[in-house]
Amino acid sequence: MKQLVVISGKGGTGKTTMTASLAALARGEMVVADCDVDAPDLHLLLKPEVRETFDFLGLQAASIDPDKCTRCGKCEEACRFCAISDFAVDPAACEGCRVCTVVCPSEAVTMVDRISGHAFVSDTRFGTMVHAELFPGEEASGKLVTMVRELASRIAAEENKDLVIIDGSPGIGCPVIASITGTDLALVMTEPSISGAHDLERILAVAEHFGVEALVAVNKHDLNPEMTEEIGGLCGDLGVELAGRLPFDPEVVGAMIRGETLVEVEGPVGEAIRDLWGKIRARL
Amino acid sequence: MMISVASGKGGTGKTLVTTNMAASIGGVELLDCDVEEPNSYLFFPEMDERESSDCMVPIPVIDEDRCTRCGRCSDFCAYHALAVFPQKVLLFPELCHGCGGCALLCPEGAISEGSRSIGRIHRGRSGEVRLLWGELFVGEPMATPLIRAVKAEARGDLVLVDSPPGTACPVIEAVRGSDFCLLVTEPTPFGLYDLSIAVQVVRGMDIPCGVVVNRSGIGDRGVYDYCKKESIPILLEIPMKREIAELYSRGVLFTTAMAEWRDKFVLLLERIAEEVESR
Repeated sequence: MKQLVVISGKGGTGKTTMTASLAALARGEMVVADCDVDAPDLHLLLKPEVRETFDFLGLQAASIDPDKCTRCGKCEEACRFCAISDFAVDPAACEGCRVCTVVCPSEAVTMVDRISGHAFVSDTRFGTMVHAELFPGEEASGKLVTMVRELASRIAAEENKDLVIIDGSPGIGCPVIASITGTDLALVMTEPSISGAHDLERILAVAEHFGVEALVAVNKHDLNPEMTEEIGGLCGDLGVELAGRLPFDPEVVGAMIRGETLVEVEGPVGEAIRDLWGKIRARL
Repeated sequence: MMISVASGKGGTGKTLVTTNMAASIGGVELLDCDVEEPNSYLFFPEMDERESSDCMVPIPVIDEDRCTRCGRCSDFCAYHALAVFPQKVLLFPELCHGCGGCALLCPEGAISEGSRSIGRIHRGRSGEVRLLWGELFVGEPMATPLIRAVKAEARGDLVLVDSPPGTACPVIEAVRGSDFCLLVTEPTPFGLYDLSIAVQVVRGMDIPCGVVVNRSGIGDRGVYDYCKKESIPILLEIPMKREIAELYSRGVLFTTAMAEWRDKFVLLLERIAEEVESR
């Protein structure tokens, strides 16, 4: 089984639109996973019908029993995350380390599980989709990404599919690392701007760091042809193929509003994605 | 007053708004807390007083001579950052949250605390704008300690915080303590869905918020209907204009080329101040 992850350093460069289009091109042969768990949008295009729901247990949080608490303040002093004040725990700041349970002389602190989100297995018009919701402001998004990926791999094996397509999150931190590790190929989206080029360089370093082969696609390449050339030069220097150039097309937003992928409508962007898909297949 | 600029969805224009607002109003401190991909400084190429320092986080240091490999440290560690083998204790520094629990628990007193760097804090000045930004090292998963460190250096009376995208812990850290949160969105179904999650986050933190609609003219009415229903003020609209996109792509503040926009950002600040006062 092969795993393809669609990522980007910079947000808003077209990861989700690309993932949905690739899922359409590989329909019936793949399982798709939305690992952008704290801003998931893939469901708006693929309109999943949920067939199974799982609770996601994130980090535990400390809880102080006011009846046992003697207000000595040792827990507040020991907490490195400033999660305790006035002898109460702020669950949003608690990182679940349990140091407070160790320093409390009156056993007033206990750790409680918390359901931090849900994972779903759903049917879509292109095949099975695994996705999730992280409750707003919760931690451990990397852990939820791992849960979604494990579910997707398990289901792909059960359904005899040989490809998992993963929609990643922007950035280079914990959820991105959880999305990219152990995949076979990363399709890195960027845009022709100074920010896009800067962020591309950093995310390619992350791919290199975790030993994942990368391909680059520039979205809206014709908005700044010089910058696209600069990105091409950067890719050349780093030994990474600039495999796709998608033109700017105002119709893309129209397709999004109708909940369609770009290969289900006629247009230049769909053509470019089909061409890119051929290159991805060859690499996988 | 501290104003955070957040969005939910990435690429909606947080940095566009933060940098142009800072340059338009002046006398401001701009904190770029999108430490995974900091871009604000790219829009201020001529910077004075540039300097930087490391962001250090605590990690355990194990005295192998004292250690009896009892394993209490690795049993306790909630982040699986320590593994005890018969001959040696292995530390995975990227996984360590620096809680200090292992040192506290070790019955032999074999664990002391050292520190390591997870990124850099940069400082500089461009005219009336003081810039501070964090830069997380590649391969480091945890952005929050660096965000906390950047925010701890804020000194000014007026502070703008450029937040990371999403709605998880780095966003909470960036937005925490602000007097107002400006949510930048685009009028599309993706923009609307992620805005609605971001609104739940800031409301949960009891921080008042308002919306900037970027690239207005594309998309549909969903964001406008939502803001009306939720009584969230739309404080500014920036139209979809090729000129703005092109200036941004070259790293140029559009308010320098389109001077009439400076007043709009000054007005935006005034409207935010009114919203904060009316609370």
